[in-house]
Amino acid sequence: MSDSPNRAYFARRYMLSASHRLHADALSKEENLQAYGKCNNPNGHGHNYVIEVLVGGSVDPATGMVCNMMVLDNAVHERVMQRFDHTNLNLDPLFVNQVPTTENLCRAVYEVLIDAIQPAELARVRVEETENNFFEYSG
Amino acid sequence: MVFLTRRATFSASHYYWNETWTAEKNEQVFGRCANRNGHGHNYTVEVTVAGEPDPVTGFVVDLKWLKAVIEDEVLEAYDHRHLNLEVPEFARGKAIPTTENIAISVWNRLRAKVAGAGGATLERVRIYETPDIFAEYRGGR
Repeated sequence: MSDSPNRAYFARRYMLSASHRLHADALSKEENLQAYGKCNNPNGHGHNYVIEVLVGGSVDPATGMVCNMMVLDNAVHERVMQRFDHTNLNLDPLFVNQVPTTENLCRAVYEVLIDAIQPAELARVRVEETENNFFEYSG
Repeated sequence: MVFLTRRATFSASHYYWNETWTAEKNEQVFGRCANRNGHGHNYTVEVTVAGEPDPVTGFVVDLKWLKAVIEDEVLEAYDHRHLNLEVPEFARGKAIPTTENIAISVWNRLRAKVAGAGGATLERVRIYETPDIFAEYRGGR
C-alpha cells in the first residue's frame, strides 16, 4: 500500500504454546546434534511463543481504526491458534518438509494470515520464542 | 542515522462512539468500548526521533529536552483526563480516541517541536494501550 497521511499501524500480541523438535532429515545424526544441540532431543520440547501481528492501512474516519480488533482476533484464532496452539508443530503438514524453527513458524504464521484482514494489510509478524529471542517476517 | 526512543506513560479514560451512527451500530462495531460511561487504560508512549549525533555533544537530541516536550505537549493534555471530554482533537464529532488516532495526535503535537530542535526528525510514535495492544504512526509511511 502506498503512503498517505492517514496510514497507520495496529498490533496485538497473542500467546501460543506448542512443542517441536529441530531435526533435518538431510543431516546425519551427528550433524543434527551439532546443528541443533538440545533442540534435537527426539522427545521434543516446548515454548510459550508470543505472536505479534502488525497490521497496516488507512485509518477509517468512521471508526478511527486500521482494522477492527475483533476481525484480527477472529483471524488469528481461526487460522493460527486453532491450528498451532497446544500442538506438536512437527506434525503439522507445513512442517513435513521443513524444520519447525521459529524462523519457519514466523513465516508460516505470516502466510496463513496474509489475506485474512483485508482491506488492511499484514505488515509484519514477530514470533518471540523466549524472552531473549525473536524472529520477524514481512513477506 | 541514529534512532533514539523515549518512553512515557499516562493514564486516561475514553469511549468509542460515532455520532452519525445508531446506538445499535456503535455497539455492534465497538463492542464494550462503546460504553458511554467510559473506561480507562495505562498507556505507554514511545517517541522515536531520527538524526545524526551532534559531533560535540554526541546527542541526536537532548533526552532531558525530549522528556520535557513529551510532558508539556502530551502528558499535560492526556494524563488523568477523559480523552473524549477534555482533549480538543477527540471532542464530540471529531476523531474517535482509538489507539491509532492517539498515535496520530501525539505525532501532530510533537512533529514541529522536534523538527525545530535542530537536525533531528520525528520517526515514529507508538502507543501501547495495554502490554499486548499497540498502534504506530510514522507520518503516513
